[in-house]
Amino acid sequence: MKSAVIVFPGSNRERDMVTALHSVFGSAPELVWHGDSTLPDVDLVVLPGGFSYGDYLRCGAIAARSPVIADVVRKAKAGTRVLGVCNGFQILTEIGLLPGALMRNASLRFVCQLVNLRIDNNESAFTRGYRLHDVVRCPVAHGDGNYFADEATLDRLEGEGRVALRYCDERGELTADANPNGSQRNIAGILNETGNVLGLMPHPENFIEPLHGGTDCRRFFEGMAETLEAA
Amino acid sequence: MKAKIKVTLKRGVLDPQGKAIEHALSTLGFGGVDEVRQGKYIEVELEETDEARARAEIEAMCEKLLANTVIENYEIELAR
Repeated sequence: MKSAVIVFPGSNRERDMVTALHSVFGSAPELVWHGDSTLPDVDLVVLPGGFSYGDYLRCGAIAARSPVIADVVRKAKAGTRVLGVCNGFQILTEIGLLPGALMRNASLRFVCQLVNLRIDNNESAFTRGYRLHDVVRCPVAHGDGNYFADEATLDRLEGEGRVALRYCDERGELTADANPNGSQRNIAGILNETGNVLGLMPHPENFIEPLHGGTDCRRFFEGMAETLEAA
Repeated sequence: MKAKIKVTLKRGVLDPQGKAIEHALSTLGFGGVDEVRQGKYIEVELEETDEARARAEIEAMCEKLLANTVIENYEIELAR
């Protein structure tokens, strides 16, 4: 199983992602510099977390115009799995591969904490390791994770089962208190129309080892490995 | 030619920063303040001297990078 992690100036979670992918997939992903014009032939492309270009202009805005992005779009359209975590999610919305935008947290505070996520779609390559409505603990660390889209887009996302993950309480209830950033409809992660692109604000790569405090998110990567190996 | 670009949040998009500013203004005793919205101001110096072409170029810049039209509007002002 081959994967690649793209590195932008200001990415800072790429090594966590490499460690997670290596640990679960058994092979190390290739690190690809944003200035490269082509990606290697891989089954999974990851846009990691961080603060690409210092979040200048808008989070992910400058990274979304990097040379490598044209090939990310080409691969995504051809069906390659693309995963964007945190800043990677912001970049995917700026590219237009995912709808909506990530805005400043409603609290105006950077949030760095554990949240509970409810799996609202377990049919995608990314979430197949879970049962529907499983509640999974996962860390978040962001200042701009407040998901916004117009009502019509939100209805479409829900209608098409493209809201993969939502912030919830321990029992899976979608409460306002469980929402760390003010995201509309408690949205934490969404899929594209064809289900091969996922963007999410939480960091599953940081909750896969006992030393992380829990291993809830290991299934996320294991499910992905099973899907991609079967393909 | 100089282009002055204002990027503002669309109506209906929540602006928590604007809300915080509004709150601070009322704390300072400024009454009757409502609907504070924060935006961005960008200046670009262009070699282009033809106004129509300059405007078209800036519009393309706004659409491609300077504004995120999912959440933002932009206004362009050109000055010699």
